[in-house]
Order: sequence, then structure tokens, then C-alpha cells
Amino acid sequence: MIAYIIRRTLYAIPILIGINFITFGLFFLVNTPDDMARMQLGVKRVTPEAIEKWKAERGYDKPLLYNAAESGRRFLTETIFFEKSVKLFVFDFGRAEDNRDIANEIRTRMGPSLALAVPVFLVGIAVNITFALGMAFFRATYLDLWGVILCVAMMSISSLFYIIGGQYLVSKLWHLVPISGYAEGTDAVKFLVLPVLIGVVGGIGAGSRWYRTLFLEEMGKDYVRTARAKGLAESAVMFRHVLQNAMIPILTGVVVVIPLLFMGSLITESFFGIPGLGSYTIDAIQAQDFAVVRAMVFIGSVLYILGLLLTDLSYTLVDPRVRLD
Amino acid sequence: MPVLLPTDALVWLLVAAVAAFAWYSSRRPHLAAPWARVLRSRAAVASAVVLGCFMLVGLLDSLHYRPALPAKDPGAPVAYSVEVRSALDALLTPLRTKLEKTYSAPLATRLYQKETVERPDGSTAREFPRLAHGGAHLKDEARWGRDVALRILAGLAGAVALWSLAVLAGRRTLARRWPRVPWSAAAAALGGLLALAGPAAMLAGGYHVLGTSQVGSDVLYQALKSIRTSLVIGTLTTLVLLPLGIVAGIAAGYFKGWVDDVIQYLYTTLNSIPGVLLIAASVLMVQVYVDTHPELFPTSAQRADFRLLALCAILGAVSWTGLARLLRGETLKLAELEYIQAAHAFGVSHSRVLGRHILPNVAHIVIISLVLDFSGLVLAEAVLSYVGVGVDPSTTSFGTMINAARLEMAREPMVWWSLAAAFFFMFALVLAANLFADAVRDGFDPRVRV
Amino acid sequence: MRALLVLAILAGGCADVWNDPYPASDRGKNILYSAFTERPKHLDPVQSYTEDEARFTQQVYEPPLQYDYLRRPYALVPLTALEVPKAVPARGGGVVYTIRIRRGIRYQPHPAFVPENHALARERIERLDSPYQLPTGTRELLADDYIYEIKRLASPRLHSPILGLMAEKIVGLAAFAERLRKFDTRRQDWLDLRKHRLEGVEKVDDYTYRVHLKEPYPQFVYWLAMPFFAPLPWEAEKFFHQPGMAEKNFTLDWWPVGTGAYMLTQNDPNAKMVLERNPNFRGEPYPAEGEPGDAAAGLLAEAGKTMPFIDTVVFSREKESIPYWNKFLQGYYDASGIPGDTFDQAVRVAVGGEVSLTPEMQAKGIQLRTSPDTTILYLGVNWLDDVVGGASDRARKLRQAIAIAVDWEEYISIFLNGRGVVAHDPLAPGIFGQRTGRESINPVTHVWKDGRAQRRSVEEARALLAAAGYPDGRSAQTGEPLVLYLDTVGRGPGDKPRFDWWRRQFARIAVQLEIRDTDWNRFQEKIRKGSQQLYILGWNADYPDPENFLFLLHGAQSRARSQGENTSNYVNPEFDALFERMKAMPSTPERQRIIDRMVALYRHDAPWVGGFHPVTYGLSHAWMLNGKPNNMARNNLKYLRVDVDRRAALRAAWNRPVLWPALLILAVLVIGSVPAVVSYRRRERMAAR
Repeated sequence: MIAYIIRRTLYAIPILIGINFITFGLFFLVNTPDDMARMQLGVKRVTPEAIEKWKAERGYDKPLLYNAAESGRRFLTETIFFEKSVKLFVFDFGRAEDNRDIANEIRTRMGPSLALAVPVFLVGIAVNITFALGMAFFRATYLDLWGVILCVAMMSISSLFYIIGGQYLVSKLWHLVPISGYAEGTDAVKFLVLPVLIGVVGGIGAGSRWYRTLFLEEMGKDYVRTARAKGLAESAVMFRHVLQNAMIPILTGVVVVIPLLFMGSLITESFFGIPGLGSYTIDAIQAQDFAVVRAMVFIGSVLYILGLLLTDLSYTLVDPRVRLD
Repeated sequence: MPVLLPTDALVWLLVAAVAAFAWYSSRRPHLAAPWARVLRSRAAVASAVVLGCFMLVGLLDSLHYRPALPAKDPGAPVAYSVEVRSALDALLTPLRTKLEKTYSAPLATRLYQKETVERPDGSTAREFPRLAHGGAHLKDEARWGRDVALRILAGLAGAVALWSLAVLAGRRTLARRWPRVPWSAAAAALGGLLALAGPAAMLAGGYHVLGTSQVGSDVLYQALKSIRTSLVIGTLTTLVLLPLGIVAGIAAGYFKGWVDDVIQYLYTTLNSIPGVLLIAASVLMVQVYVDTHPELFPTSAQRADFRLLALCAILGAVSWTGLARLLRGETLKLAELEYIQAAHAFGVSHSRVLGRHILPNVAHIVIISLVLDFSGLVLAEAVLSYVGVGVDPSTTSFGTMINAARLEMAREPMVWWSLAAAFFFMFALVLAANLFADAVRDGFDPRVRV
Repeated sequence: MRALLVLAILAGGCADVWNDPYPASDRGKNILYSAFTERPKHLDPVQSYTEDEARFTQQVYEPPLQYDYLRRPYALVPLTALEVPKAVPARGGGVVYTIRIRRGIRYQPHPAFVPENHALARERIERLDSPYQLPTGTRELLADDYIYEIKRLASPRLHSPILGLMAEKIVGLAAFAERLRKFDTRRQDWLDLRKHRLEGVEKVDDYTYRVHLKEPYPQFVYWLAMPFFAPLPWEAEKFFHQPGMAEKNFTLDWWPVGTGAYMLTQNDPNAKMVLERNPNFRGEPYPAEGEPGDAAAGLLAEAGKTMPFIDTVVFSREKESIPYWNKFLQGYYDASGIPGDTFDQAVRVAVGGEVSLTPEMQAKGIQLRTSPDTTILYLGVNWLDDVVGGASDRARKLRQAIAIAVDWEEYISIFLNGRGVVAHDPLAPGIFGQRTGRESINPVTHVWKDGRAQRRSVEEARALLAAAGYPDGRSAQTGEPLVLYLDTVGRGPGDKPRFDWWRRQFARIAVQLEIRDTDWNRFQEKIRKGSQQLYILGWNADYPDPENFLFLLHGAQSRARSQGENTSNYVNPEFDALFERMKAMPSTPERQRIIDRMVALYRHDAPWVGGFHPVTYGLSHAWMLNGKPNNMARNNLKYLRVDVDRRAALRAAWNRPVLWPALLILAVLVIGSVPAVVSYRRRERMAAR
């Protein structure tokens, strides 16, 4: 098991290197350091000297990939690529273009992101599984048919409409929760109720339908028929056998997402003014602050790989037959 | 002067390819059978009719030309306008050219905003001015209700007439040829569409059916123009996605070894990068490319078109990994089967095994995932455009419509019609696509989970 | 739904208002609630240059002078200085300003003034959440602090946007900057500017310093009202330079140290910034005189009372304009501008153009104040362009035709809901040199009719176009249609209506417009190279003087040729000569005559084909007192007062929760699940049988 984890971790290294090359390539093809400087230095009275100074201070005056002026190891280390990309591997994110420490920022913004994403995730799974179990239970009846139609209809609505509509009705017309904002501690509840609700409702369509197919597939199997033939109550069949055996496919879809919850949700956070990592990323994209985008891409990739690893490990917990070696 | 934008060319290429594929499969029972199963579902037939109408609008909007300017003197060579129009634009000329000053509600006769107007006696007053086109034919605004009702009735009558004709013609031809298809569902869907389109067409002659936007252009026209953007995104993306996904997936599953390692490495790496960020970065890069090479894109239509195409390419390049993974798994399974092992033993070449045995046996997965991807891509376009990394701002799309409409929601009284129009058109398109996709999945292989 | 119910019980227990975004413990306190949209990038006074930042820096930092809060036109009054300094001629054609500051002014409490805090252990710093967790001290404000800040303009470690400009004006500043750059090789050490002498700035005694300028520059006093010339204690630089501070974002860029009425005690630019009353503030009397009408508006009720009146100001981050506006309407922000799209809800324009609030808003007691910005947004023409640029008769007629065709009145009405004034000349309203009445209009584009300006007809524009060689928008020689290119900075997917509108303006004279929409960098690059044709840009005045607008058209300041601020690269020798004469003149009738001539040249040549000045419409609730928009001074917080009880009562009345829809949805869900439960029971029984 431990050997497996170590192997997987080693396997992650070339992937992360690849990611680094891709993001580095993309961002430096997009924006030259000159562009970044001008973006940050504002609108009025920007001189070429100021731009040179800005670049020098942030190390953008170095060559991109190799430094012909240096010798030995510094041939590679005194470059933008080394400074900006390789340092990510030791989680040294450096500073955003507005000179704030990125690591510090990520630490403080993680809380709000999780406060939104975790409830959406947990409540969402609970609601979806409940709905799906209901539909599977009433399979091939009108309840099931209408349930599926409702699901398809709900997943045909763009998430933007859920947010716009929810905010308009609940906050503006009914005065039930603040329109936007965030607070620490228990005060956060009133800010989070609506985004969580919208997140859950918006996910019901696709989620329930997905779980329903999983359950139906499981219910077609022989052991379920045997259990039923033994005279077990339908609910007992559903909960004891079907749900448990459907756990493996559910886990594949679910566990991989868990680490990514840290990344926050891009659109919801911006709409509701929640100072999490999602809105941080959107801000950075819009301000073309590539130091931040690069850091977020890197973290996202690490978390994804972590998710894959967790998925594999969770199999062994749910299904003792699966062994990793 | 006809203009062939790159997306037009690809759209028509795709149409040709689909037609060829349909002709090819109709000759081969094992390929035709699943489609026959699909077309036995009432939902599939009805949604196919709806999708067909959307396609028709989209295809009409993909025939572009530059209108000739009126000749100055007889001998002079014809000069063309730089503006690029489509067949749909020509068809909808009244909608396109009847512009108001700013917002007006659906079917309104007056502007939505008060203005200082000069009275005939020279004094000025602040009131809602009459629209330049909407309801301008009414001498007396009190007759508005009667006029609207009459137009709706006339539209319905026309719709019924058209519908009866279509049903009669269909019964003679289609229903005889393919008796097992539930044509009543198709007739119902067509009836519903005509019942909406007939009155809308009649009303559009004198009013703005879905109101006007901030700069006074017709919202119905915008919504119809958005359809092409959605369809292009939903279909052209597959042109990029397909070859990448199929080649990578099958190669990894068939050849195994280092090929498998390399391909797995590639798609794990791509998958690890958060999708939105990768798309955002790529779109920004394309934007920079366009901005730094203005000579390649002399008109804004070309620029917008290139960005649309680039967006498709980017979406395709980001999303081929899912298909590749599915195909790899399926190919791994197939490669272990006895008859393929036997083929190897007989020394059949790889290309022959792949072409004869593997590819046809994974085709259903390809078709299912394509159909399922469509609605996801249409929804993704809206979100991406909303964030600002989608289509060019000058392209009409549902995303740009929603973005503009969001600010209008804060007005009081609220400007709801742009948002409502975007909502209903998008909902109809995506719902039809989803229902059709479900039927396709059930028809081809109910067990495949995509 | 379940979560909603839980919330209902929770909230129902503690208050009758559910949507209050602020903690319950803050209710009833003397707090002003405001919002910020853009997170400030720099709060360091030598670097900060935007209005968003000035809203914070100007509450904390006190330069020697300030703008009078009430009087118009804008006038400078002393802040920490004893009087507004006068220029005294000096040797070699230069001038000297002697600035005398008040005695006894003390800094806000700050840890930098406690010597022990200058040698903190790294671990200690790492544990801090805010620098104010350390023991604090204070000291008296000295002339040295002002001198220190002027030296910081040249610091190689900082980017002052005005260094280039000031290096041309202040004696020895350019050489000083060069010396510092050579000296500053060890970045890890603190750069103590006290050890380096700046020739042009001299200390007379602890409360007096002199600034030597190379040439007369009457606009210099305006700079003395900006944070660039605010005092900065060297202790603060030394304190924040300790290792470990920057990693915690403890820098002068984020934690200003000043003598002003407020101090920034919480700085989370992602969510909330809080200004608290500076306990060491000397107290300043509320002004006793204002414009005519100020007394009637109740703006003089507090005359002579000691400011500030409010204890705490909470700024919340509000990125989206809709939540911002809605929260204002619900009473959770005390003041707001009007977002363009909500204008009709808020304001009605009466016959004759004056604005008043709608009855709904009046019933809420909301007050409206308007003030034209000292800003101009213009449609510029690149003078270097072959088609539209240059002094030729053909190009000028073409420009004039465009100037008529682009209907700025309509633009203001559609996109700004009337919150703008059409610009007939480069000068913003309220700036010396602008005329009124018949003389104020641009005769090229407008005629004076019935006592107001009326845009000339499209036919006249078409005639001009034909005279320029493009009858019906087609070249008279080749018959090819005339295509013009407009460069803009894209702001995202919401740009389409604006693009459509622009195309339509040019279509009116049958000219085809191609819009080249790029990002800010690419746009700047084009302008720098002079490769744009038509473009849209704006200028926000640094100070209320015509020089600050007309220099945008000064030939020597051409962007493409000399990296100046003249983005249209307009050159007219007569205009340039007049500018040189006008720029250092006092505001006399002679200066007015020169400006008149310059404006006439501008109108005739049309290097900018029209534009507009935005107007600020400020809304404030009935409980907000003493508010008056001031486009030059941002240190307005100290003047404001809040009626806390009234605010609490109105907020409660406006925000009663509406529960029935939620209950209705709940009921539908419950009823909807009944058939499911029923058939579940039935199945269970069947299976059991």
C-alpha cells in the first residue's frame, strides 16, 4: 500500500513538470513582461523607464528559458522559467503583481471557499442520492418518468439562470438573506444559505440522473433478484444491497472532486462576493495577473492528482476485493 | 459577393460528412439498426424535429455574402460593402433594420424610457415617445389589442394551414416509407413550433415580438442569430475532438506499452489543469494573436469568426481526453477477445484489424459521447462568454445576451425580455438536445455510461 | 429548503431583519458603511495615483494643502500648512516655495513609533495578524517628514508615477534619483534617505521647508494637495523593512501611517477595509462658508464644530454593481453613485433638464447631488493617419463630418442615462477658460438655437463628407466605400450594444466602421506606435487648471513621437506657441483670450471629434448629513455625519422578510411527495405479502 502511494507520487512528478511547461508556454506567449508591467502601472504618466524598473524588480528582465550571459548552473537558474515556474514545486508562489504574497492570500481565502464548496458538495450528494433512490425505487412508473423529465429539464437550464433568478427572488424581493458579502464564523451562515441552495438545486438534474442509472444498473444484477426472491422488502433491497454496491462507481465520480473543493467555485463566488479562491482566480484572469493564475493552475493540478490517488485508496476501503500493489 | 468564412466552410463540411455517413449507414443493417431503434422513441422524433428547426436557422445563418453597393454610374465596377451578411439576415431584413432608440417591451408601441419630446406647439414634455417602428402602423393606440389579436389569429390560421399541408405530404411519403417511426410525435412537435412561429411572424411585421435591446435592436433577431453560435460551438468542437480522441484512445488501448504510457501521460496532464483556466489562458492567447496580426483579419466579421473557430478548437483540445479514456478502456477489452487474437495469429495487419474490427465496435461510444457532449458545450459557451473568455464581444450568442441582460435585471421596472428570450431559446435547444441524446444512448447501447 | 427553515428559526430569534450583512454587534454604532469595487493596488502615497486608492490614502495622509470642501470653483486651503505658499522668484529663473506647517500635529498611534518594534524577531512577526497588535506610539509631525516623502519620489525601490514630471521641475531631483540608483545595491538593507541630500528641498527649521523649482510652475501648489507630498515618517519605512514583514503583506503599500482624521486599522482588500477615528487627530473645524445654496441644503449646520463626526468607516468589497445598488436601496450602504441601468428608477429629468428623484426614492428620503466630473472622454483621431489625420483640407472636412455625425447626446442618453455633458472643447466644466452660453458651443458641430445648443443635421455632415471627396461614403475616384477603423479597449461580452451604436453613427453618413477591439496593453501599444486611426480615451484631471487639459493636445507631448500624453499626436504650431504662453500664466482675462483662440483652433482642426464630460450623481440616504460631491478632494469622510437611530428604524422598515413564497415552495414539495410516499407504502406491503 505504502509502496503504491510512493509510486503514484513519483508518477505525479512528470505530470506536474508537463503542466508547468504548458502553463508557462501559454502565459508567456500571451503576455510579454512589458504588457504585465503596463497593466500594473496604471493609466496615467507611465514612462518606459518605469516599465524597465518594474520588470527588473520582479525578475522579468531575465531571458525566458536559458541565460547565455551566465555560466554553469546559473545558465538555467537565472531565467524567468526557473524563477517563476520551477519554484512552484516547492510551493514558493512568490508575489502577485500587486505585490501581495500569494501563499498568504491562498491561506486566507481557502476558508471561505471551503465554507461554500463543502456544504454544496455534501448536501448535493445527499439530495441527489435521495432523489435517485426514489426514482430507482419507482422505476418504470409515472413518478420515475416525470422525475427523469424534471431532471433533464433542470439540467437544460444554464447555471447562470439559477444564480440570477435565485438572487433576484430570495434576496431582492423576499429580503430573506443578504444579497452578497461574507463574514467569518457563524455569521457566515446567512451569506452562504443562498449560494449553497443554488449550488444544490443547480446540480440536482445531472446528479440525480447519473445516480439513477448507477442504481438501475445495479438493480438489474442477479444478486438483487435473488434477494428479492428471498422475500426481502424492497426498501431493504435498495438500502442494503443496491446502495452499497453502487458505492464503487459513486466513489469514482465523487472522491476525485474532493480535493478540488479547495479551488472554490468561480462564478458563484464572484456573484455573491465571497472572498474565496474562485473569485481570486477570476480576478486574476481579468486583471491578467499571471503569477496568481499560474499558482492556481499548479495547485489545481496537484489537487487533482491527489484526488486520483484518493479514489484508488477509497476502493480498497469500500471493496475489500480490490488490492493495490 | 459570397463570403465563405472558415466556420461556414467547416459547418458545410460537417453537414456533408453527416449526410455521407447517413447514406453509408442506411446501406448497412448493423449500422442502421440502432438508428431505427432511436427513431422509434417518440421523444427522439419530437426533439429531432425541434433540433432540425434550430439547425435550419443555423445553416441559413451560415451562408454569408457581402452585399453589392448601388452602382454609381453604369460602367463602373461593382463595389461591395465591407459588411458581411448571411441568408438569415436577408430573410430577416425587417427585423434587422427596424431599429428603435433604446429599450422597448415586447409588442410595445412606446419606448421604455421617458424622454424630453418637443410638442407640436413648441413646448417640451417628458413622456414615453412612440416607437419608430413597433406599432407605428397604428393610427390609434387604443386599437392595439385588436390588432395584436388579429395578427395572432392570422398567424395561427397560417400555421394550421401549413401544418395540415405538411402532415398530408408526410403521410403520403415519409410515413409510407418508414411506417414504424412514430410520426404523430413529429407532427405534434411541428404543430407546436408552427403555433409559435406563425403568430410570431405575423406580429413581427408590425411589432418587436420580444422587445428591443439597449441600443434598440430587435431581441428576437438577436436570439435567432445566437442559435448559429451555439450550434457551431456544439458541433465544430467535435471536429477537433474526434480525431484526437479516437486516435489517442484506440492507439493507447490497442498498442499498449510505451504508446499507452505516453498517451495516458498526455491526457492525465491535460486533465489535471483546471479546465476553465486552461480555456481562459488559451482564449487570451488567441486574442493576443488576433490583436497582433490585424492584417490577417481585415473585417470584424472575420475576426469574430476566427475567435469562434479558435474557441471550438480550444474546447475540443481540452475535452478530447474523456473520449480517449472511454475508447482506451473499450479497446483494451476488445483486444483481448478471441477473434482479434486469432486475427493477430493469422498475421492480419494492424491497420486492417483496427479498421475492420476495433473501429466499428467502438463506433457506438463515439456517437453517444458526441451527442451527449453537444448540450454541455452549448451551456459551456454561455458561462465562458459570461466570464469574458468566450466568443468575440461582437458575436451574438446566448452568453453575451445573458451577460447584457443581467445588468438590465436591476432596472426598475425590470427589463426582463432579453433574459427571458435567451432563457427560452437556450432551454428549448438544450432540452431537445438532451432528450435526443438520451434516446441515442438507449438506442445504441443502454449500458454505456458516458 | 431545510437550510432556509433553519435560518428562519435562527434569524427569527435574534432580529426582525434577516438580510443585514453586518454583524449584529455593530448595530447602533456610529459607523458609516461604504463599498469599494476595485481593490486598491497601492496605498503608499508616492505610488498611489487612482481615485479608488485616494479614497483611502486621503483620509490618512495629510499633504500641506487641501481643496475647500464646499466652495466652487475649487479652491486650495491650508491643511497642515499655515497658509497656501506663494512662489518667490529665485536666481536663474527658478522659483522657491516656502511651506510652514502647524506645530503640535501628532501622528496616529502606530507601532513604528516604538523603537523596540524596529528589531522584532521573525517569529513574532509571523504570529501577527495586524501590525496594530504591537504596542503603539506617536510623535510630532516635522518638516523632515515632508522632505523625506519628496525624496521617496526618487527612490529606486518605488515607482512614483510623477517622478518624471517632478524631475523636470524640482531642482536636483533627477540627479538625486540617479545617485540613489547607483548607491542602492544592497536591497536587503533599509535605504535611509535621510543620509542623502536633495538639493532642491531644504529644511529651514522643524516646521518650515523650502522647495526650489527650476522654472515658474503655478500648478505646483495643486500637487501640494495630493498625497505625493504628504509627510512620511522614516520610522515607518524602517519598521516595515524588517525581514518577515513583506510576507505578511505588512508594507507601507497596505498599511498607511499618517496624521489624518482616520487610520486604516483593518485591511483585507478582498472583503473589508476599516478606517477608524485617529485618537491623536488635532481636530479641525467644519468650514463656515460655502457656495450659495449650501446653507439652504443644510451643509452649514455644523459650521465650526470639530471634525470628524463618525467613529468608524467600513468599506465592503462589492464587485458587482447590482448587489451594490440593491444593498444601497435596502439601506446597507449609506451613499452610492447610480449605476447606468438603474437610472430611471432613481431619477427623473424635468422639463428644462434639471433632475429630481422619483417619488419612490423621495419617499425613502434619499437625496440627490450632482456634480460634473473634471474628466473628459473623447473620440480621438490619430493625426499621423493617412485618411483621417493631418492638416489637409480633405482630412479636416472628413473629421468635421464625423464630429457632426457622432451623436454624443444620444450616447449620453442611452448609455449614461443623461449623466454627462457634451464636450464642446477640451476643458471640463468648472475649469478656468470655459465659456458659457452661445460662446460655449462648438460652431462646427452645433448651432445655437432657442437658447441652447443643437447638433447640426446629418445632411450637413454628408455635404462635408462629399466635399472631402467621399460622396455617399464612397471614394469619388474609385467608388470604393470609405472604411474607418475604431480602436477600443474591450471590457468583455457586454460591449456589443456599444459597438452596434458606434457602427450606426458612422452609417448615418454612409461610412462603414470597423471596430478593432483589443485589450488594454495592445491598445496602449498601438497608441504608442501611432498606428491607431480613431480611438476612445479619457483623461481625469490632476488639478483644476486648463493647462492640465490643453497639454493633451500640445505637439511636443506627442505620444508616438516623444512618449507624452498627447495621444492624438496633434500638431499645430500656433496652438503649441499659445500653449507655451498660457501654461504658466495666472488666470487673467489675457489668459482667457489665449485659451479662446486655442479652443477655436481645436474646434476647427478637430483632433478629437467630440466627447463628453461625465457627471457624478451621488445618492445618499436621509440619515447621511453633510455630503457634497467634490471631484478634486477625496478626504471627505471627516465632514460627514450619520443619524444612527434613523438609519436603524428605516432599515427595519424596508427589509421585512417576505416568507410566504418560501413556505409555498415548501408546501408544494411536501404535497408533491405525498403520492410517492403513498405508493411506497403500497409497494412495501406488496413485497411483504
